[in-house]
Amino acid sequence: MRLEPKPTPGLATTLLYPAGAILATIVIASLLVLIAGASPFNVFWLVAKGAAGSQFALLETLTRATPLIFTGLAVAVAFRAKLWNIGAEAQLYIGAVVTVVLGTGAVAMPTPALIPLIMICAMLAGALLLLGPAVLKVRFGVDEVVTTLLLNFIVILFVSMLLEGVLKDPMGLGWPQSKRVIADAQLPRLIQGKRLHFGFVIAVASAVVMWVVMKKTTLGYEMRAVGNNAEAARFAGIPVNRVLMKTALLSGGLAALAGFSEVAGLKGNLTLDLSPGFGYTGIVVAMLAMLNPLGVVASAIFVAGIFVGADAMSRSAGVPSYIAQVMVATALLTMVTAIMLTRYRIRWK
Amino acid sequence: MEAFDILLTTSFWVAAIRIASPLIFATMGELICERAGVLNLGIEGIMTAGAFAGWITVYAGGDLWLGVAVAALTGVVFGLLHGFLTVPLGLSQHVTGIGITLLATSLTYFTYRVSLPEVTSPPKIEPFQPFAIPGLSDIPLIGPALFNQTPLTYLAYVTVALVAWVLYRTPVGIAVRAVGENPSAVEAQGISVTAMRMGAVAVGSALMAVGGAFLTMSAFNSFFFEMINGRGWICIALVVFGSWRPGKALIGAILFAAFDAYQVRLQQVTGGVIPYQIFLMMPYVLSILALIVVARRATYPKALMVPYQKGER
Repeated sequence: MRLEPKPTPGLATTLLYPAGAILATIVIASLLVLIAGASPFNVFWLVAKGAAGSQFALLETLTRATPLIFTGLAVAVAFRAKLWNIGAEAQLYIGAVVTVVLGTGAVAMPTPALIPLIMICAMLAGALLLLGPAVLKVRFGVDEVVTTLLLNFIVILFVSMLLEGVLKDPMGLGWPQSKRVIADAQLPRLIQGKRLHFGFVIAVASAVVMWVVMKKTTLGYEMRAVGNNAEAARFAGIPVNRVLMKTALLSGGLAALAGFSEVAGLKGNLTLDLSPGFGYTGIVVAMLAMLNPLGVVASAIFVAGIFVGADAMSRSAGVPSYIAQVMVATALLTMVTAIMLTRYRIRWK
Repeated sequence: MEAFDILLTTSFWVAAIRIASPLIFATMGELICERAGVLNLGIEGIMTAGAFAGWITVYAGGDLWLGVAVAALTGVVFGLLHGFLTVPLGLSQHVTGIGITLLATSLTYFTYRVSLPEVTSPPKIEPFQPFAIPGLSDIPLIGPALFNQTPLTYLAYVTVALVAWVLYRTPVGIAVRAVGENPSAVEAQGISVTAMRMGAVAVGSALMAVGGAFLTMSAFNSFFFEMINGRGWICIALVVFGSWRPGKALIGAILFAAFDAYQVRLQQVTGGVIPYQIFLMMPYVLSILALIVVARRATYPKALMVPYQKGER
C-alpha cells in the first residue's frame, strides 16, 4: 500500500474523518464497557449527564478544563514548531511552586499587583525549565523528548523535597503540603460559592492571544515555517535556533500558568497530587485541536467532560473511571489517523 | 570510607544486575525498533502492559513461563499497532508513541480494576526464584552477582547475545539495519521495508513487555500502579548512550543499574542528612548527563523517524 496526496479536501471530508475518529473511539470504549459487564448506552448516558447534565456538572467540567487549556496551549505552540515538549507536567509544578513561594505572604502587595507579579514569575520559571532542554537540543543535539520526559520525574521529586522541607506547612499535621496562599493572591471565583474560578478566563484569554500570535505575527509565521521544514526555513533566512528558543519560552510559560491557576484559583495550596497528569493530557488536547489555539479551548472542555463524566459514571455504574483515560488515548490515535486520511488517499497495490 | 565499601559487597552487585535486567530487555527492544528506523515512545506503556499481563497470567493459575509468553504477546500487539500507524500510515512517531504509552497504560489500569474490583492491596504471586549456576556462581563477588539470579536474568543475557548476533551476522539483521539507514536500497533488493520495520517494532515491543514483566515476576511479586516509573524513558536514553550497539547498551544498562543500586545504599550510609529525593533524582539526572556527553558524536540510524514511501525518490 502507498499514500497519495489528495487535492485540497473539501469541508465534507475535513469533517467526515474526525467524526469517524470520534465514532471509532466510542465503539472501542463500548466494547470495553461490555467487557466490564455494563450497558454502553447507559454508561455513555451517565458520562454525558455527569459532564453536562446540570449546572454543577457543567461548571465542574469547565473547572477541570482550565489547566488542560493551559497545558494544551503549551503543547500546541511547541508542537507547531516541532519542539517536542512532553514536559508540561514539570513546568506546571514549577509554576505552582513559584505561586506558593510568592503567594503565601512573602510579598505584600494589593491583589491587582500581586497576581500579575506571581503570574509573570511563574511563567518565567516554566519558561526557563523548558529552555534547558531546548538549549541542549540546539547546542548538543540532545533529543528534547527524552530530556523533557526525564525532567518530569526530577521536578516531581524536587517538589516532594520542598513539601517535606522548606515549603512544608507547619500546621499541616505532618502531611507533605504547603501553606495556603493568602487571600490577596487568590483568583476570585466566577460564581459565588462555586468552584469555577478566574483562571478559566485567563485560560481562554491566553488561547485568544496565542491564536493571534500564531496567525498574525512574524513569530507565529516563523514557528510554522520551522515546524514544516527546518532546513527550508533556515535557507529562507529564518533564525531557526532563536525561533526554537522563543517557542520553548512561550510553551514553558503557558504550562506553568496551569500550575499557577490550579493553586491560586482552585486548590489554595500545593500538594503532590496537584496534577493528575494534566501535562500529558495536554498533548491529547493539543492534537485533538489540530494544534489550533482556539480549538484547544473546545478540545480541553471536551476532554475535561469525559473525565468529569466518567468520574460520576463510575460511582453509579461501577465501570472503572480509567475508561476516560482509555477513551482519551484512543481519541488521540484515531484523530491523528483521521487527519492523515483527510490529506492522503491509501492505494492498495 | 563506608561509601566505598559498598562497592565491595556481594549484595550490591547482585542488586545491580537485578536492577539492570528489565532495562536490558527494554533497551534491546528499543534498540531493535530504532535500528529499523522507528522511534518507539510506546515503551513506557508497553512495559506497564507487559508487567501486568505476565503477572495476571500467573495469578490466574498460569505457569511463570506462560506469563512471560503472554507478556511478550501483549508487547507484540501494541508493537503492531505502533508499527501500523507509523510505518505504512507514516504518522508522527513522537505523537503515536506517546499515544501508545497513554493507551497501553490506561488499558492496563482499566483491566486491572475490571479483573480485580474488590482488592485493596494487589495480590502476590510466587515469582521466579534465583538459580545458582554450579561452579560459576562460586567466583567471589561477581559469581553470585552474575550467576545466582533468576532464570529471567539469564534470558536477558541470552537476549543481548542473540540481538547482537542477529543484527550483525544474519541476513535478517543486516536487512533490519539497512531499513534504518537506507530503506530505498533495501526495497531495490526486493525486500519490503514495511514488513521489515513492522517486524522489528513487533519483536522490539515484545522485549519491552518482557522487561516490564521482569518487575512483577522476578524483581517483585506483585503489580503496582506506576511501577515502571520512567524506566522506559531511561531505556531510550540508554540506546543513545550505547550508540545503537547491543554490547555498549548492555554496559550502559549495567553501569546505570550499579549507580542506582549504589545510591540506595549511600542513602542509608549518609543517614538522612541529604533529603532522600536527591538520591531518587540521580538516575534521571544521570541519564540526561549521559545524553549530553554522547549526543555530539552520536551517529543516529540515518532513516530514524523518516517515514518511507515506496517509489519516492
